[in-house]
Amino acid sequence: MPSRHLYRRIYVWELPVRAFHWINALAITVLGVTGAMIGKPFSVTYAQEASFQYWYGTVRFIHFTAGYVFLFNMLVRTYWGFVGNRFAAWDKFIPTTKAAFQEIVQVLKIDILQVRGTGAIHIGHNRLAGLIYFITAFIFGFQALTGFALYASMSHSVFGKMAAWVIPLMGGEMAVRQWHHAMLWFYVLFTLVHVYLVFYHDYVEGRGTTSSMVGGWKFERDDLLDR
Amino acid sequence: MSGEKHTLWAVMREKGYSRRDFMQFCSFAAAAAGLGPNASAAVAKAFEKKARPPVVWLHFQECTCCSESFIRASHPIVADVLLDAISLDYSETLQAASGHAAEKCKADTLKAYDGKYILLIEGSVPTKENGVYCTIGGRTAEDILQEAAKGAAAIVAWGNCASYGCVQAAKPNPTGATPIQKLVNKPVINVPGCPPIADVMVALVTHLLMFGRAPELDAQGRPKEFYSRRVHDTCYRRAYFDAGMFVESFDDDHARKGYCLYKMGCRGPVTYNACSVTKWNEGTSYPIQSGHGCLGCSENGFWDNGPFYRHLPSFPGFGIESTADSVGVALGAVAAVGVAAHAVSTNIRKRKLIHEQVAEAVKDTPNSEKVD
Repeated sequence: MPSRHLYRRIYVWELPVRAFHWINALAITVLGVTGAMIGKPFSVTYAQEASFQYWYGTVRFIHFTAGYVFLFNMLVRTYWGFVGNRFAAWDKFIPTTKAAFQEIVQVLKIDILQVRGTGAIHIGHNRLAGLIYFITAFIFGFQALTGFALYASMSHSVFGKMAAWVIPLMGGEMAVRQWHHAMLWFYVLFTLVHVYLVFYHDYVEGRGTTSSMVGGWKFERDDLLDR
Repeated sequence: MSGEKHTLWAVMREKGYSRRDFMQFCSFAAAAAGLGPNASAAVAKAFEKKARPPVVWLHFQECTCCSESFIRASHPIVADVLLDAISLDYSETLQAASGHAAEKCKADTLKAYDGKYILLIEGSVPTKENGVYCTIGGRTAEDILQEAAKGAAAIVAWGNCASYGCVQAAKPNPTGATPIQKLVNKPVINVPGCPPIADVMVALVTHLLMFGRAPELDAQGRPKEFYSRRVHDTCYRRAYFDAGMFVESFDDDHARKGYCLYKMGCRGPVTYNACSVTKWNEGTSYPIQSGHGCLGCSENGFWDNGPFYRHLPSFPGFGIESTADSVGVALGAVAAVGVAAHAVSTNIRKRKLIHEQVAEAVKDTPNSEKVD
């Protein structure tokens, strides 16, 4: 017989975290779509003279603008990791304790072996998700760095200049372009797995994972909340 | 040639050029070096008064295309005077002397003009197997380089070979071809390109002769005046790029109309050179103008960024036909299949858990009707 549990409502994701999430999702989508178009432009119209159209320039402009949004959004979130609530704190992304590693194993069991979990899973980011986001943050940084390095040659942007050292380091702009392009696929894979896992956890745990990124609330069994 | 005060003006007079030709040359040299029109007087003065520093031109692992390019400089006087002047000291390809006489000529120059001569180098230096892959007069390239570099007032690395290693250094680099800047302990002026543009080479030599020092260089040792802009930025087809009008195939109508070659693998957007400004062969044309995309020949490692006719290079480790996109699509497909399989398996393996939760929720709901 299933036992009867009391659930409590917890305010997990504060507004800046939710705003970061959706701005980031939007920026990545725009960057991914425009980036793919820059990498492999398709034919739009050839009916007019070149001087009457500028669509490819516009696509690039949107990509660069979204790049700035992406960067600053990321910086704000990093700042929030130091001043936000305990679910948003920076140390939730770096597993250091034994319990943290046990939780990672636990989540892997639940997700991949699909067995029933026995231990407690964090109500915020579970420890595995936290670690993945920590690695993701570095890839975000890599993408911003290579992106602005490529941007340096066509603008007077300070951010471009600050990233220009990457080009000789990686062996020329062709290599930077290659890796910047390849990382597009990281985002595709990440989005696919991320969205699926949100649905999956919401489905099997019933803690309101999906809606939490809209309203900020999650639900947790009272008896597990002593932590 | 005697070691006396031998000026460029003296050389020109010997060859029968008039004062007018000389002044014309000076204004061209001033312009080539990026100076204003008023500077030609100063240039004339320098060429009249300053003794011409001797030039030693070394050849290592290369195809001599840099020399070939150099002798095709736009201005006939530049080619004539500078080249004649240069060949007098040491240049394996162009000097009259050969064998021991040539080696002695070089040795004399290195000794007599220690710390004064300009060293121009064409080609990379092999370092594997103690440098046996390139020997001249029984000595290895590196040995010759180190000897000549010691007393050089300035060192210029001509072309992609000397600057980055070019095709010899392409994977797997069997001879251990190494660019000059990695071997000598002195600043090296890199003039990359395969070959570099003749007028760029001449302008650099002119600058060195005129001022006795290097022009402003960028972080990679390239003269800024020629290598600070991308081929793309000054390309006459740039408007088609911004308008999104591309050649889709070399034999389509767009190619005939001269649209942007970006999709044909043109490396213009990632290549720093002056091709679209100075052009080649007396300003006649350059690759893009001739309907062929830029290969990026002035960039480090351009041979390894192939295929040349595709925008994206091959992705390392996945075979020659794979790009980042084909690898990405495959990974994406695997992930999608994995997710679908996982979703199915969830409903089977977690059935009990989900049922329990539903049952619990139903039990907690006041006035609930019985749900199966």
